Amino acid sequence: MKMDVNSNGYTFGFAAVLVIVVAALLSFTATSLKDRQEENVAQEKKQNILASIGLEVERADAAQAYEENIAQEIVIQGNQKIDGLSAFGVDMAEELKKAPSERMYPLFIANYNNTNSYIIPLRGKGLWGPIWGYIALKDDLNTVIGATFGHKSETPGLGAEISTPIFQDQFPGMEIMEGTQFVSIEVRKGDASGTHQVDGISGGTITSVGVDAMLKDCLQGYQSFFDNEIRATQVAYTSFKASATSH
Amino acid sequence: MSDTQTLEKKKSEPLFSKKNKKLISNPLNDDNPITVQVLGICSALAITVKLEPAIVMSMSVLFVMGAGNVVISLMRNLIPSRIRIIVQLVVVASLVILVDQFLKAFLYDVSKQLSVFVGLIITNCIIMGRFEAFALANTPWKSFLDGVGNAFGYAWILIAVAFFRELLGSGTLFGIPVLGDPAAKTGLYALGYENNGMMLLPPMALITVGVIIWIQRAKNTKLIED
Repeated sequence: MKMDVNSNGYTFGFAAVLVIVVAALLSFTATSLKDRQEENVAQEKKQNILASIGLEVERADAAQAYEENIAQEIVIQGNQKIDGLSAFGVDMAEELKKAPSERMYPLFIANYNNTNSYIIPLRGKGLWGPIWGYIALKDDLNTVIGATFGHKSETPGLGAEISTPIFQDQFPGMEIMEGTQFVSIEVRKGDASGTHQVDGISGGTITSVGVDAMLKDCLQGYQSFFDNEIRATQVAYTSFKASATSH
Repeated sequence: MSDTQTLEKKKSEPLFSKKNKKLISNPLNDDNPITVQVLGICSALAITVKLEPAIVMSMSVLFVMGAGNVVISLMRNLIPSRIRIIVQLVVVASLVILVDQFLKAFLYDVSKQLSVFVGLIITNCIIMGRFEAFALANTPWKSFLDGVGNAFGYAWILIAVAFFRELLGSGTLFGIPVLGDPAAKTGLYALGYENNGMMLLPPMALITVGVIIWIQRAKNTKLIED
């Protein structure tokens, strides 16, 4: 019997079988490759965290270098440290959707070249999609060691320039505090000066504004913890605070 | 989709008969998908800044075209003609997702450079064009040769463009400096040579393709229309 390949019944049947076969094939592939893909993403995250303290490694070596140089990972809520959670597993994108008081902030403490540094993950909105990054602070919790930025789909040549050295190299030496006040780092349109301002990207205004907001929002969340737990114990800081208030 | 090679099936034709060889060699020159049919230009402009992504892209297209043409050809008598375009899309989309998944697992860095362009292989007109014009009417082996031939035709243009763009734009090949160090002014740079930043921008890809078309037509005069 010859089947009529153009009958309605056959067309439906053919489409159904095709879709089921394709769906099975694709889900099998996706599931079996998932571990490897997630491994790659984790390696890249480690690579980016290390890049913020000026340690450039190949992606394949990132896991080992991370092991050696990141001394501590902690999770912060409010001004408290939460025990028993992995900071590496905290997804900033999910946390930022919560109310500020419920957010959990991951903090990575690195010990590289015999200096401690605090690495803070950043996450925000660019023009077309999410932007993210890592900013590393010296142990005075004020001076920036370095920052790296990434983006999903900013315009190449404009907004996408935030992930190039031209933009990122402005950050080392910047300061996020003015005395004891948190002021963040402003991404400015033109004539940036001092230690609280960097130049934005010409033609990438919305992305630059996004970076500015991202720095403010994400760094703000850590300040009460820094004040409470770390700054309180730092002699240099307390004496500075004392001299600042005596004015 | 320019002229389709209408090949009549012959009994016990050798695997690499003259006609079958033509299926591979035609798209390399006389019927090149990029320079003659001017298809698939979008990706040719986007991912030819460096050689490595260009080669990975070429290999991805090679796989999708070879496998896709065979699958479509195997199903050619089963596909209801009313939904044939949808079926072609499903086949090409699933193959592209397979490629994308493999790249993410095994060639993560390259897959990031190619980003959306792997997904955009789906819309590469060369592929749908060959499915519709060739695979639906020919045997699997011929379709395979046609797919591979067209993919090579696409690949060699891509790689040629990427070679010149990377060499003149960045002074490197596969990321390895070949003209000396621009910062330390060694090699060619000592003579005052500078990298041409324009080569890194998409318009120069178009101009490079244009130059290739020019050279090709100068050599191959039968391509010149009156």
